[in-house]
Amino acid sequence: MNFMNSKGKLLGLGAICGVIAAALAYFGNPANMAFCIACFIRDTAGALGLHQAEVVQYARPETIGLVIGAFLIAIGTKEYKSTGGSSPMTRFVLGICMMVGALIFLGCPLRMILRMSAGDLNAWVALIGFVLGIVTGVFFLKKGFTLGRAYETQKMSGSVISILALGILILATFTSLLKVSQAGPGSMHAPIILSLIGGLLFGAIAQKSRMCFAGSIRDVVMLKNFDLFFGVLGLFIVMLIYNVVMGKFTIGFDTPGIIAHSDHLWNILGMYIVGFAAVLLGGCPLRQLILAGQGSSDSAITVLGMLIGSAICHNFGLASSGTALNPETQEVVKGAVTANGKVAGIICIVVLFVIAFTNKRKEV
Amino acid sequence: MKEVDARGLGCPEPILLTAKALKTENQVKVLVDEVHQRMNVEKYAKDQGKKTSFTEKNGYFELIIE
Repeated sequence: MNFMNSKGKLLGLGAICGVIAAALAYFGNPANMAFCIACFIRDTAGALGLHQAEVVQYARPETIGLVIGAFLIAIGTKEYKSTGGSSPMTRFVLGICMMVGALIFLGCPLRMILRMSAGDLNAWVALIGFVLGIVTGVFFLKKGFTLGRAYETQKMSGSVISILALGILILATFTSLLKVSQAGPGSMHAPIILSLIGGLLFGAIAQKSRMCFAGSIRDVVMLKNFDLFFGVLGLFIVMLIYNVVMGKFTIGFDTPGIIAHSDHLWNILGMYIVGFAAVLLGGCPLRQLILAGQGSSDSAITVLGMLIGSAICHNFGLASSGTALNPETQEVVKGAVTANGKVAGIICIVVLFVIAFTNKRKEV
Repeated sequence: MKEVDARGLGCPEPILLTAKALKTENQVKVLVDEVHQRMNVEKYAKDQGKKTSFTEKNGYFELIIE
């Protein structure tokens, strides 16, 4: 079945993903973090002990479900293809950069949309940076940027990340080997089975609809094509309705409790890094998980880059803090970007430009 | 007929290369090896008012745009 042939279908599929995200938020996932790829990879890195931030350690079944959902539907529709060899280590570095940018802003593009739908004006500010990052990436694409060809590999190779994801799920469900937060965002989650089902469905839909937050804006900027944009719009509309109905819609900056900060420059620069890196990679963090599931070892390496990147962020104090309410004084404590985070952000921007300048198509 | 070999390339490179070829040629042969890339190129060609047909080869698709 061709899911790409109508904007209405993509709007509907995006809306279903919105319903999944809303349901997961309703059943216990953190507010406005209902389904955040960066946050959930970061939590999974914590569960594996790759970083020691005790409040963000939980092997999120959603992330595992996304990969396995994409894998299963790709097998079912004969779209599974084991590939690799397109500048894997460059992709690894881009994955790290994407995570650093996301954790400076505090969210991936999907969470940016969720925060926008909840009235968080910081996310609307960050959208400016995300679009500018995409425009920068498109500029280099038009100048001949490429990470080179991927080639078909042994069939088994493309399924390794799905098997590893299944292994993490088994460890998380049947053993006490993995770390689990007792407080903070990592301790807030929907029941495992619901998270897993949500992830599997979201993954299958994202695979069939080619949902991509960077691709949606890239196609509008570069091709004046709004197809992918409609998928994102569907998700936004459903989450907007959910937030309004549930009384979770609060317009403003510095809103306590939603894990966001109001450092405008760094909200812009954080998502600039994510948008720029995503265009160079050919897809946003969500899309990388989906492509990894359907057999791309290059995207799997990118996911590993994001996993290690999240550990780097917490081991070296790069991740920002969110605005919170002091429970004793009831004072609002503003969230902030760390000095280390700012230095890392600047390094990431430099690295992105170096990669963009140095990887050119030979025939151009 | 100009041939664009976009096999193994990521989004949106197959479309960029196809667009470049269509600037100077009326008929273009495009090779891609992923279903979503084939559909992307078909959609792009349709938006440009072109007709496409494809045949499945050994591990890749051959699209004719005219």
